[in-house]
Amino acid sequence: MGIISRAFQGRPRDHDEKLPPGQYLVHDFPVLSAGPTPRVPLDRWEFAIDTPEGEVHRWSWEEFQALPQETPTVDLHCVTKWSKFGTEWKGVSLDVLMEDVESAAEYALAYSYGGYTTNLPLEDLLDGKAWIVHEFDGEELAPAHGGPARLLVPHLYLWKSAKWVKGIRLLNDDWPGFWETAGYHNYGDPWREQRYQGD
Amino acid sequence: MDQLDYQDGNALAGPLSEIFTLDVTTAHGTCAGCGRRGVLAELRVYGPEPGLVARCPGCEEVVLTLVRGPKDAWLDLRGSVSLRIPIAE
Ligand SMILES: [Zn+2]
Repeated sequence: MGIISRAFQGRPRDHDEKLPPGQYLVHDFPVLSAGPTPRVPLDRWEFAIDTPEGEVHRWSWEEFQALPQETPTVDLHCVTKWSKFGTEWKGVSLDVLMEDVESAAEYALAYSYGGYTTNLPLEDLLDGKAWIVHEFDGEELAPAHGGPARLLVPHLYLWKSAKWVKGIRLLNDDWPGFWETAGYHNYGDPWREQRYQGD
Repeated sequence: MDQLDYQDGNALAGPLSEIFTLDVTTAHGTCAGCGRRGVLAELRVYGPEPGLVARCPGCEEVVLTLVRGPKDAWLDLRGSVSLRIPIAE
């Protein structure tokens, strides 16, 4: 057992450096659910960004698909302690979606079809750190994993990457979301192991 | 039809017994979302990870959540108007 598993681990030191504290590596893609999986027909799908100044920007599925697409390959870290390396996605950078949005807001609340919400500082969505993705591993994103489209913010625990995302509300004040009001950490940095309130 | 991706509210009995000395799955509650009355055992329970999420069978709104960390448990009764808990005399 010892010899075989060591051979298959490849270069453990590389893995150790990519694995945040308290995490273990998985090769499947676990699905955690806090409610029924929403089914959103693409002709009714819409994504919106609104600001406290009263601006609203909306994209239909066709408009969203016509935006410049990126193919990020990122590591995922779930607060339930599994991490998955090298996941391949396709979607639109928040930098593109935010290009024409004028606001002094410093906070963001992502909200989803089905009612889920999660909050994060606006700066964590910008500068190449976040995407709205609609393909995983070369295929359209399955509803169980958040399709038609989900937020992807890989530098924070995965609960921040809202499945079935419907929009992002920019806010002048922080507004804790679903898990953030239920005991989980307000920010959720895996490298600082910010799992629960008070961590 | 989707297969059921939730359990009934009896799944709350073990985790809540860590907090309450009484079995609260038999408590009567009123959903803040739709006003439906029922016992907690009738709720639809998702999870257990990252936390237990109990939803109303009438309107699917969240009635309560229970997050268990290593040192603390967080019980959030956000969608419950009140709970009537039977107490043995
Ligand atoms: Zn209800």
